[in-house]
Amino acid sequence: MGRSLKKGPFVDQKLLDKIDAMNDSGQKRPIKTWSRRSLITPDFVGHTFSVHNGKDFVSVYVSENMVGHKLGEFSPTRKFIAHGGVGKK
Amino acid sequence: MARLLGIEIPNEKRIEASLPYIYGVGHQTAKKVLEEAGINPDIRTGELTSDQLSQIVNAINSAGIIIEGDLRRELQSNMKRLQQINSYRGILHRRGMPVRGQRTKTNARTRKGGKKRTVGVERNPNAKKGKV
Repeated sequence: MGRSLKKGPFVDQKLLDKIDAMNDSGQKRPIKTWSRRSLITPDFVGHTFSVHNGKDFVSVYVSENMVGHKLGEFSPTRKFIAHGGVGKK
Repeated sequence: MARLLGIEIPNEKRIEASLPYIYGVGHQTAKKVLEEAGINPDIRTGELTSDQLSQIVNAINSAGIIIEGDLRRELQSNMKRLQQINSYRGILHRRGMPVRGQRTKTNARTRKGGKKRTVGVERNPNAKKGKV
């Protein structure tokens, strides 16, 4: 079920402040964040984020068609593990 | 066999049951379309006049229902988008894993591919010959 439109998109205020500061100063540095729950809005586009995955910071360059997803979707929290196949000793 | 919307050829069942043969039209959509077109859902498809058939086509088109190739293409492009932006769902698509949070410890065979056989005990082929 989607989020009620009445509430508008959710972005952590802290993160918004960081982006505004970055836009004002015109710099482009990776923004370190733990806020995986924040929705990517159009003003995120072009910035690089270091999104925490519980262990490390995964750098995510936000492109236009990522808008509408959450930051956490691009920073996997699990490692994919596969068993060694037959003859792959 | 009636021809509907180009390639679709539902057979001599009730029209309500024939429409779901179209990819993108299920039972509910079929019912809605027939109501829209004002056609009795119990008529056999073969007994429909060409007028009625075109009414159904109109109802499908005007309701904005995406069917067949267009629908397949849309799903494909959605999937490609998710994969291209490297989202978690895209990664799961790439790995052929279930995307909507289902368990994968067991089951999930539809996505992960058919049955997996365990390595059981096998009779030594030389056992009977007394070579062991």
